[in-house]
Amino acid sequence: MTLLDYLAATLLLAGAVFFLAGTLGLLRFPDVYTRLHALTKADNVGLGLTVAGLAVQAESWQVVGKLVLIWMLVLLAGASVAHLIARGALHKGIRPWTP
Amino acid sequence: MVKLAFDGLVVLLLLWLAWQTLACADLFKAILQFISFSLVMALAWVRLDALDIALAEAAIGAGITGALLLAALARLRASLDGNLSGDGASPDGREVLPVRGLILAGVALATAGLGYAVLSLPETAPGLSQQIEARLGDSGVGSRVTAVLLNFRGYDTLLEMVVLMLALVSVKTFSSTRHAGAAPQDVLQVLSRVVVLPLILVTAYFLWAGTDGHGGAFQAGSVLGAAGVLLLLSGWRLPSPHTGVPLRALIAAGPGLFVIVALVTLLLQGTLLTYPPAYAGSLILLLEIAATFSIGATLAMLFLGGLPGDEDRP
Repeated sequence: MTLLDYLAATLLLAGAVFFLAGTLGLLRFPDVYTRLHALTKADNVGLGLTVAGLAVQAESWQVVGKLVLIWMLVLLAGASVAHLIARGALHKGIRPWTP
Repeated sequence: MVKLAFDGLVVLLLLWLAWQTLACADLFKAILQFISFSLVMALAWVRLDALDIALAEAAIGAGITGALLLAALARLRASLDGNLSGDGASPDGREVLPVRGLILAGVALATAGLGYAVLSLPETAPGLSQQIEARLGDSGVGSRVTAVLLNFRGYDTLLEMVVLMLALVSVKTFSSTRHAGAAPQDVLQVLSRVVVLPLILVTAYFLWAGTDGHGGAFQAGSVLGAAGVLLLLSGWRLPSPHTGVPLRALIAAGPGLFVIVALVTLLLQGTLLTYPPAYAGSLILLLEIAATFSIGATLAMLFLGGLPGDEDRP
């Protein structure tokens, strides 16, 4: 394994950790707002690290471009959908959780 | 070993999601589970090396069908005024048992038959792939899937296009009242404006790549339809001068061009949809372009529940 492979593996594993944390948050957090927080943050960073890990090993710059484009689209969709769900929940009268 | 474990996980997930979708009493949850099922199914098609079907499954199964089901649920809830239990249980519990037994026996019989059929297949079945490979040069395209869909079995695709148009006609016939959707939100408008351009680009890519690689009219059309759904969700409506004849012409263009080509080949050669090899490539591309626009427009209008402009009429 070369240095690049180690870098890619580290990035991919770090991305997996974020996905795991996000999934745990989705399952264990108390209400819809905190779950959205866990899910979108983890998805954005987790996917970003995964994309970075794959980009390190990519064969050409076109592949890197496609990967980054996918990440940008997921960022946009994730943030927008989280906002829409949170707004819908507020509109329905669901109160944010207070400890 | 890792691949085998992954495939096993996908199969188990598919079975579990299918069961959850059927057994879920909440229709909204059931739809979301159906969308998840389609996404995992697309993954399974990728693992089976069937990229064209995977693309179609993700775009049509998860994307457009999910949107149509959610739109249908919203209308159902509006018409039943929220009184939707979705329980499905008969009020008289005793009558259900024999019926359930009968259904179970039927399903068990069908499963056993399918299992027998699969197990009695020869170890390696080449199917028709050798014949397709031999005649691929005459088809005018480099992709085997596109060659089958638009040349060798062109009339199947012609009938599929007609089925899609008939579905829209039926929806238009039955949808009488149109309730205004919720006020569009700023975030959705920004999202749709940013995403629609890449969606149109992907449509063009699928359309062009379909002749030699993975993609094709149905995948491209459903991505175009998704762009239309997103625009409709953000409050955009087709300007009224275009909603009449132009929109209907666009919807009819795909099946219409197919029928014209079929008639011309029938008159000139005596056989239906047999393209002369010299023109096959350009004819297929022309048919695919028309089909893409028709499929996109039809799917978006299905989401709207009819055609715009109908409500103005007496």
